[in-house]
Amino acid sequence: MNAMTPPVVDDGYSFAFLDEQTKRMIRRAILKAVAIPGHQIPFGSREMPLSYGWGTGGIQVTASVIGRGDTLKVIDQGADDTTNAVSIRGFFRRMTGVATTERTEDATIVQTRHRIPETRLAEGQVIVYQVPIPEPLRWLEPRETETCKMHGLAEYGAMHVKLYEDIVRYGRIETAYDYPVMVNGRYLMRPSPIPKFDNPKMDYMPALQLFGAGREKRIYAVPPYTSVKSLDFEDHPFEIERWEHQCALCGSGDSFLDEIVVDDQGNHAFVCSDTDYCGQRRAEGHEGTGMPEGYLQRQGGRE
Amino acid sequence: MYVAVKGGERAIANAHAWLAEERRGDAAVPELTVAQIREQQRLAVDRVMTEGSLYDPDLAALALKQARGDQVEAIFLLRAYRTTLTRFGATVPLETSRMTVRRRVSAIFKDVPGGQVLGPTFDYTHRLLDFTLAANGEPPAAPVAETPLADTLPGVIDVLNRESLIETEVAPSDAPTPPDLTREPLRFPAPRAMRLQNLARGDEGFLLALGYSTQRGYGRNHPFAGEIRFGEVTVEFEAPELGFAVELGDIELTECQMVNQFAGSKTEPPQFTRGYGTSFGHGERKAMGMALVDRALRAAELGEEVTSPAQDTEFVLYHSDNVEAQGFVQHLKLPHYVDFQSELTVIRAMRRAAAQTKEAALAEAAE
Repeated sequence: MNAMTPPVVDDGYSFAFLDEQTKRMIRRAILKAVAIPGHQIPFGSREMPLSYGWGTGGIQVTASVIGRGDTLKVIDQGADDTTNAVSIRGFFRRMTGVATTERTEDATIVQTRHRIPETRLAEGQVIVYQVPIPEPLRWLEPRETETCKMHGLAEYGAMHVKLYEDIVRYGRIETAYDYPVMVNGRYLMRPSPIPKFDNPKMDYMPALQLFGAGREKRIYAVPPYTSVKSLDFEDHPFEIERWEHQCALCGSGDSFLDEIVVDDQGNHAFVCSDTDYCGQRRAEGHEGTGMPEGYLQRQGGRE
Repeated sequence: MYVAVKGGERAIANAHAWLAEERRGDAAVPELTVAQIREQQRLAVDRVMTEGSLYDPDLAALALKQARGDQVEAIFLLRAYRTTLTRFGATVPLETSRMTVRRRVSAIFKDVPGGQVLGPTFDYTHRLLDFTLAANGEPPAAPVAETPLADTLPGVIDVLNRESLIETEVAPSDAPTPPDLTREPLRFPAPRAMRLQNLARGDEGFLLALGYSTQRGYGRNHPFAGEIRFGEVTVEFEAPELGFAVELGDIELTECQMVNQFAGSKTEPPQFTRGYGTSFGHGERKAMGMALVDRALRAAELGEEVTSPAQDTEFVLYHSDNVEAQGFVQHLKLPHYVDFQSELTVIRAMRRAAAQTKEAALAEAAE
C-alpha cells in the first residue's frame, strides 16, 4: 500500500496550488499563531478547488508549509484510505509531486481530519488539523464580536458552567469530541472534532500542531512542548473513552476503535480507527479474534 | 485488509467517469456548445458571473456546462478559477449614470427625464408555456424605435437630490480604500463597502428571502423602487505608468436604487434614505433583494432598533455566501464515524447509569 503511483505533477499551477504571495500571507498568520498559542488568527482564506467543509483550511496551511523535500500523510477518521483523505493526498501529489506515505513515523507533515495518529509524533513533524468551527465558545455565543471580547478578557466562565450543567443533568460531561482545551494556561481552544480520546496526545506534544479553518478564515497553533489541558473539575476529572473490546484485527486494547455493523442483526465488530497503526501491529505478528464468520464474503471477498 | 465503508482511488475515479457520462446525457441528442449556453441561457450565465465574482460570460457558460446546469456548483467552479488569477489593480469606479441603457424604470414618478424604458423584461408576460419553443420557433424580429434613446439617461435619484430630499452618497475625500473581501477576512464592525461586496456575491435566494422578510414586517424600511436600470457601462483602468484611465471594455450591469423612508431626528430633518443593489448582467431580482437587505443592515447607523434577522449584520454576512454554505451543509456527507463512535460510548454509558439508578430505586421501593 505504501508504494504509491508516481505523481503526475500539474505544472499549470503554482507549486502547491497557492501563489507565493498568498503562501507568505498564510505563513505570517501561522507565525503569529505559533507566537500566541491557541489564539485564533484571521487570515485571507482563499477559495480552493475543493469544497468548504472538506478541509480547505488544512489544505491551505499544508500548501503554505510544504516543500519539495517533505513527505506527506493524509488521514480522515484515522484512516489513509477514506475517500476524502485519498482525494486530498491526490490533490497534493498533483500540485507538488512530493512523496506521500501512510507510515506516521515517515511523514514530515500529517494532515488530519478528526483523529491524531496512535503512533506518537516526534520533534520535527508537523500535524495539520482540518477545522470546521474554530471558536470554542460558538455554541454558547453565536456572535463573533462577543466571543472576541470573551477571549480578550479570558472570560471562560460560560464554558465551565456548561460543563457543570452537564454533570448536574447527566452525572457526567457529555461532550465526546471537540472537547475544549486550555492552551498554555491562557486561550480556550477547540481541538477540532477529534474524539476526547485524542486530547491527552496534544499536551506537550513534541510536534508542531497547526489548525486551519478555511470557511471561517482562522488559523491557530500549538507550538511543540506546550501545555494543553482538557477542561475538568477536581471532583470530575477529565476521562477518555474506554472499550470493553479489542481490535478484531490486531488485538490492540488501547487504540481508538471504530464500531462496524457486520450483519443485519445489529452485530458489531470493533477495529482500530488508525489503519496504519493497525497494519503495522499485524505486520509485527499481533492478531485479534478476527472479523465474524462470513463477513468478508458479504463484503464481496475484498481483502 | 478491511475496507468496508471506505473508498479508494479507483472508486473516486470511477465515480467521476460516471458523472461525466451523466453530464453528457443521451449521446443521440446533440451536445450543447458553450456558445449556445452563453447566448440562450444568458440569465443563468449572469447569475454565475455575479455570485462567482468574475465577469466572463464564456467561462461562466463553460462552468454551467460542466456543472450540468447546477448554478451553485457553477458559481463554485468560477470562484475557484478566480482565486488563481493575478490582480493588476482596481478599476476606476463605474459611472452608472453614463450607462447605455436598455431598460430603466422608476416606480416613484410617472414620468422621468428620458422616459420609462421597459426593455427586455418578463414583467408583463403572461406565464403561459410557449409550445412553439418546443418546436424550435424562431421569434419575429422586435420592432425598433424611430428615434433612439438618448446616449445616457440621468438617474432618477438625482431629481430628489436637488431638493435634498434624499441623503447624498459621496465618499469623503479621505475615505479609506475599500477592503477586498476576497483577499481579507470579514471583520466586524463591517463597513458598508465590505457589506456591499458580501451582498453582491451573496446567494440570490438568501437575499430574496431576507429582503422579502423586511417587506413583511421583520425590519420594515418602507421601500420604493426609485430606479432600476440595466445596460452597458464602460470599465476603465488607470495604469500607474500612464497617469490616465484607459477603457478596458463594456460590461452589462443591473443597478437598483431603493428609496426608503427615514423619520429624521431632533437635529436632522426627515430625509429619504437609500438601499443599493447591483448585479452583473441582467439580474433585477438579485439587485432588488440586495438593496432591501443593504438598507436593513444600515439600521444601527440610522439609529433604528435592530430586531430582525435582515438587520443583523453578523447573521446576514456570515450566511449569505452559497459556496461556503453548500460546503458546510454538504460536508455532513463526509465520514463522521469517529465522532459518532465517541457519542455512542457516551450515550451507552449514560443509559447504563440511568438503568442502574432506576433498578436501585425499584429495589429500594420493594423493601
